Amino acid sequence: MCYVVNNRPLSHHLNVKMSKLTTSSSELDLDRPNIEDYLPSDSIQQPHTKLRLRDLLDISPTLTEAAGAIVDDSFTRCFKSNPPEPWNWNIYLFPLWCLGVVVRYGILFPLRVLVLTLGWIIFLSCYIPVHVLLKGHDKLRKRLERVLVELICSFFVASWTGVVKYHGPRPCARPKQVFVANHTSMIDFIVLEQMTAFAVIMQKHPGWVGLLQSTILESVGCIWFNRSEAKDREIVARKLREHVEGTDNNPLLIFPEGTCVNNHYTVMFKKGAFELGATVCPIAIKYNKIFVDAFWNSRKQSFTTHLLQLMTSWAVVCDVWYLEPQNMKPGETAIEFAERVRGIISARAGLKMVPWDGYLKYSRPSPKHRESKQQSFAESVLRRLEEK
Amino acid sequence: MGNTSSMLTQYDIEEVQEHCNNTFSQQEIVSLYQRFCQLDRNSGGFISADEFLSVPEFAVNPLAQRLFRMIDGLNFKEFVAFLSAFSSRATLQHKVEYIFKVYDSDGNGKVAFSDLLDVLRDLTGQFISEQQRELVLTQVLEEAGYKKDSILVLSDFMKILGNSDLKMEVEVPVD
Repeated sequence: MCYVVNNRPLSHHLNVKMSKLTTSSSELDLDRPNIEDYLPSDSIQQPHTKLRLRDLLDISPTLTEAAGAIVDDSFTRCFKSNPPEPWNWNIYLFPLWCLGVVVRYGILFPLRVLVLTLGWIIFLSCYIPVHVLLKGHDKLRKRLERVLVELICSFFVASWTGVVKYHGPRPCARPKQVFVANHTSMIDFIVLEQMTAFAVIMQKHPGWVGLLQSTILESVGCIWFNRSEAKDREIVARKLREHVEGTDNNPLLIFPEGTCVNNHYTVMFKKGAFELGATVCPIAIKYNKIFVDAFWNSRKQSFTTHLLQLMTSWAVVCDVWYLEPQNMKPGETAIEFAERVRGIISARAGLKMVPWDGYLKYSRPSPKHRESKQQSFAESVLRRLEEK
Repeated sequence: MGNTSSMLTQYDIEEVQEHCNNTFSQQEIVSLYQRFCQLDRNSGGFISADEFLSVPEFAVNPLAQRLFRMIDGLNFKEFVAFLSAFSSRATLQHKVEYIFKVYDSDGNGKVAFSDLLDVLRDLTGQFISEQQRELVLTQVLEEAGYKKDSILVLSDFMKILGNSDLKMEVEVPVD
């Protein structure tokens, strides 16, 4: 039976539509990496036989994908804090654990609070005079403030008995370069700042953290953004560019994931840091979970609770690798560059890469993903209709 | 089953297992419960729209809206029963019934041309015109011996999909 529509066979109409399909696919691919490379693709295999009713009714591949996502998905896994296995479950180990608790809360914690308080006293008694009295001598003031910020960060790290092993050449302040690192908790910043006074770009936080951000961090040249403001992105992009091109600014540190991830995975990097025309120096950070899980699950705890948790554990042990600076290759887009650097960092720190945008914690995925699935199914239907 | 505690008792597990006709093992039910609690962030005892759509892999699925109407507001027992069609122990009959239910959105046991069109529209989006969709569907229906205004019931689905190698299985991660 041959269908005739407007005096032309059906196949003609469908062929005309086919060419339209191919142009739209190139538009979709322009601005994002190929998610299909990451996602399980074995489900929707399109055979090349003639289309039958059975093929249209059989929606099992799509349903299986949906059910698979309900049962387990790679995005939620990135933000799961995995509590360590309890080891104190028998009569010999339990008293040891109790002793440990007594030591941690009764001896270590007060000592650490003391160290931190001491650090703050020293810091403030040096910082305030320097900040106020040296108002005119900017260069000297900046240098002293930098040293003081590094000092208070060292005190913070000491207050968690932080054992940080730095690998690789220390960062130096040069124009036209940015540093990017994977993000597990706000303490990433402190761990890195202890070694080099970076200027960082951060979400503005409420409370005492916000106060610190607007006073002390301002002096190292930090940039603030607000995740919920849409127009904010252009303003921030401009500020980033200005900072990188300035000669006198502290080296800029960016966390391109945009959110804290649980140190087993990396989510997609935002391309903002990679289209500034600067050299990108990757930094990989990996925490040793035996001592403490440093992941800050901002949905579950406030930063204060997180810090207290760190101060009552045995130690914070981590490795920091300063990796080889990367430049954008000719013909590489910003997104490809970001993914390449993410690959370098993930390989060094032993993290798995997932194809999701960290901001999906706060918003829905764009319809582009669903549309690409629809498109490939539509193409297959039309192609198979033509088969004999 | 209380939604205040996140501990399942042996009695609860057996009740759920019976409800889903033993398609899941007890270990799988415990894993599914952990997953349910993980998704049910506000501990309301059921997973809401927002919580399902916060799983990006689910939200980008073309049939998410359709499935969503079936799973909205399910408690844990019903959640497991919903997923039971995807177990390796589920019968082919069960799986075909499930697919039928996805098509039969008003639940009257009949799937009409409009229902078939709706699902095809979800799967192909804007990439085929409405007119072409109707033509394609009419053509394959007629080739299979039905007419455009035929009403399909479960036995039709069994006939069409029944003797095929329907692969609809999801593995529940058990640690």
